[in-house]
Amino acid sequence: MPAPSSPLLEVRRVSKRYPGVQALRSVCLRLEAGEVLALLGENGAGKSTLMKILAGVQRPDAGELLIDGCTTEIASPDAALDLGIALIHQELNLADNLSVGANIFLGREPRRFGLIDKRRIARDASSLIKQVGLDVSPNTLVHRLSIGQQQLVEIAKALSVNARILIMDEPTSSLSQHETEALFRVVKDLRGRGVGIVYISHRLGEVKELADRAVVLRDGENAGELQRDEIDHDRMVRLMIGRELAGFGRRQSHTPGEIVLRASNLETPANPGRRLSFALKAGEIVGVAGLVGAGRTELLQVLFGVDRPLSGTIEVGGRPVVFHAPHDAIRAGLALVPEDRKQQGLVLEMTIRENVCLASLDRYDRAVGFRNRSHERQAAADSIRRLNIKAPHDRQVVRLLSGGNQQKVVLGKWLLLKPRVLLLDEPTRGIDVGAKQEVYQLMEQLAGEGAAILFVSSELEEILRMSDRTLVMHEGRISGELDRARLSEEAVMRLATRG
Amino acid sequence: MKKTLGILGLLIAVCVSTAALSPNFLKAYNVENITTWTSLFGILSIGVAFVIMTGGIDLSIGSVVGLTGCLLPWLLVQKHVDPVSSIALVMLVSLAIGLLHGFLITKMRLQPFVVTLCGLLFYRGFARWFTGDETQGFGNGFAGLRYLAVGRVPIPFVSGWHLPVPFLIMATIAVAAAIFLNQTIYGRYLLALGRNEQAARYSGIHTDRMIMLAYLICSLLAGLGGILFSLEINSIQPSGHGDFYELYAIAAAVLGGCSLRGGEGSILGVVIGAAVMRVLYNAINLLGIPTQLEFAIIGMVILAGVIFDELVKRLAARRRTVASPAQATPPAAF
Repeated sequence: MPAPSSPLLEVRRVSKRYPGVQALRSVCLRLEAGEVLALLGENGAGKSTLMKILAGVQRPDAGELLIDGCTTEIASPDAALDLGIALIHQELNLADNLSVGANIFLGREPRRFGLIDKRRIARDASSLIKQVGLDVSPNTLVHRLSIGQQQLVEIAKALSVNARILIMDEPTSSLSQHETEALFRVVKDLRGRGVGIVYISHRLGEVKELADRAVVLRDGENAGELQRDEIDHDRMVRLMIGRELAGFGRRQSHTPGEIVLRASNLETPANPGRRLSFALKAGEIVGVAGLVGAGRTELLQVLFGVDRPLSGTIEVGGRPVVFHAPHDAIRAGLALVPEDRKQQGLVLEMTIRENVCLASLDRYDRAVGFRNRSHERQAAADSIRRLNIKAPHDRQVVRLLSGGNQQKVVLGKWLLLKPRVLLLDEPTRGIDVGAKQEVYQLMEQLAGEGAAILFVSSELEEILRMSDRTLVMHEGRISGELDRARLSEEAVMRLATRG
Repeated sequence: MKKTLGILGLLIAVCVSTAALSPNFLKAYNVENITTWTSLFGILSIGVAFVIMTGGIDLSIGSVVGLTGCLLPWLLVQKHVDPVSSIALVMLVSLAIGLLHGFLITKMRLQPFVVTLCGLLFYRGFARWFTGDETQGFGNGFAGLRYLAVGRVPIPFVSGWHLPVPFLIMATIAVAAAIFLNQTIYGRYLLALGRNEQAARYSGIHTDRMIMLAYLICSLLAGLGGILFSLEINSIQPSGHGDFYELYAIAAAVLGGCSLRGGEGSILGVVIGAAVMRVLYNAINLLGIPTQLEFAIIGMVILAGVIFDELVKRLAARRRTVASPAQATPPAAF
């Protein structure tokens, strides 16, 4: 029997360990009916692990989950749905070749004589669609909808199972301002109807507007909790990163030197008709912000010779260049730390030494084409020391390293070439806090030595902290440029969404 | 290295047991014969090993052996072309075949299996057509050329034993291939792209060129093998000469430690792999095992070798995870 005073959902001292990482340590959480609870934390803080436990994807090692005051096992995603817990994932899980109605009832299709009852789907779906404020027919194919509308379809799907607990993971990360507002109206409406909502976001402005309470996780532990009137930007950031804001900003600013890279009217194959122009100076760290799909990775790939531009020119050191392959870009002094570390950055089955030396073998060959083994040994040892790569020896296969150490191997590979221009694509994605700091320090150091750094990041904190200058991209265009004086979360978001 | 020791152990085991059961096995004539055939198949196997290391496959080797094996006597005997030009022409044809495969696979992005399967059919058909399906041979002439395949060099201070010339050819090729693979940057490129072509490309490696090179080496060695096989056999049926040789070559490469997933392999292992196949074949003959069982036995031995290798690998992996607590400690930040 549910006690009247017990919360809708309670997480009691839940712990979870993955090989090599304590993802959660005695985490507690309480969610009331009719409440929006913000769950905050940096990448790797344990938010996604906690969500997976609530959604039945993972089982906790220790601790209790209570729903309406009763201890509950959430053994599988199906069990979570039966308990009224719905998870709306950052990457939408819709079959975009099917209609809105078919998606809402996917896997639970109402049947008539053993066949799908399409009439009932259409009828039930339209009422759900109306509830989430969506103005489309249930027969519309999902791929015709915008990302924001698809997000609402996911919510409708959650409502169709009478979810009482709705977990939303960064729901606005790819929405425009307008779509975000529409989503907020729906969230507030659901709250009014007694649904408990766990809202995960990196956008602190949204949290401030929406949340009744905020719980902050850091390194897998409860870092603190803020009540509605306590929620402000500085307090949230302080809890998330665990130290004062003053020490968080970038300390030194560099005096940029000569222009080393210039792109003029560059048209990438991903966004035909959109021309990009910008310049990069020696000793400068330039951030590229924007939403997923804004064309940032595609820009780096064209700069690095992975893809050929449709038109436009690239100049390196004042001289126009044409890159037919990454080989040419590397020769010109460029380096790219790609977004997909495992597919593009590393040969996972090879050793640290082999990976670190892969790009510079031809620079240090003894006679034509013969490898210089002593240089390889030396280079690997230097990289391990300089980058603080944690491994027993340089013959360790990189597959066995942690994400942070793998990323250091990728960086080490390029540092051997002393690049003039370093392109970084999401350089700290999926690596732990300590390694992150080391990557930042390295970027500063390289800029101090005169390298030009262009880095793409979806983490605003990172952009705010690291960039001397920020280019913001929106739908394949550079929608604005912000210097340090004008750089703020709001300014970036405004340019990134063009709302 | 461990893999090579494993296959060496298998070779020794097969040799010792055959020698124990048959007095003829260690006779000079028999050993020279096995060495010759091991060398001929070894040349093909080294070629296909390069392709397998890139993660590709070449199914056309047998047909290339057939085509070049027919082409050489046809040019010499029926067209009266001089030996040097004939050899040059045949090697040129193999080169063109390798380039064609490489082009179709890297530039047209076709799958190696499909490209070389079509090659298997095409070269065989072409050889049968231009010879009119008639048996080719050198007759009693061209002793100088045939010395390359049937010649025997006396071993100094060891009377009664000779080294077959094909062994010297194969050994030279093997040494060159091993140096290329282990000592040069290109060997490293080949292994890297075999594991992860995209990462290799992002590291500035001309992956297309390297893959082309692998197919080129493979076809050239198949062509050379074709020439030597024809000189050795001297009676070449266009319809059947070289049939299944690609499978022998692939099997030897796999036995010798190449993974069909790419990025792995040792030249010495491949040569030993070729030797295991030939010794098995020889043992079947010497021991009076019905020759109909030949394929069955070879297939079983290869399968057993691969299973054994996989088990050893898993055991090593398990020992590694248990033995390295460094992996399990959380990062310093926690």
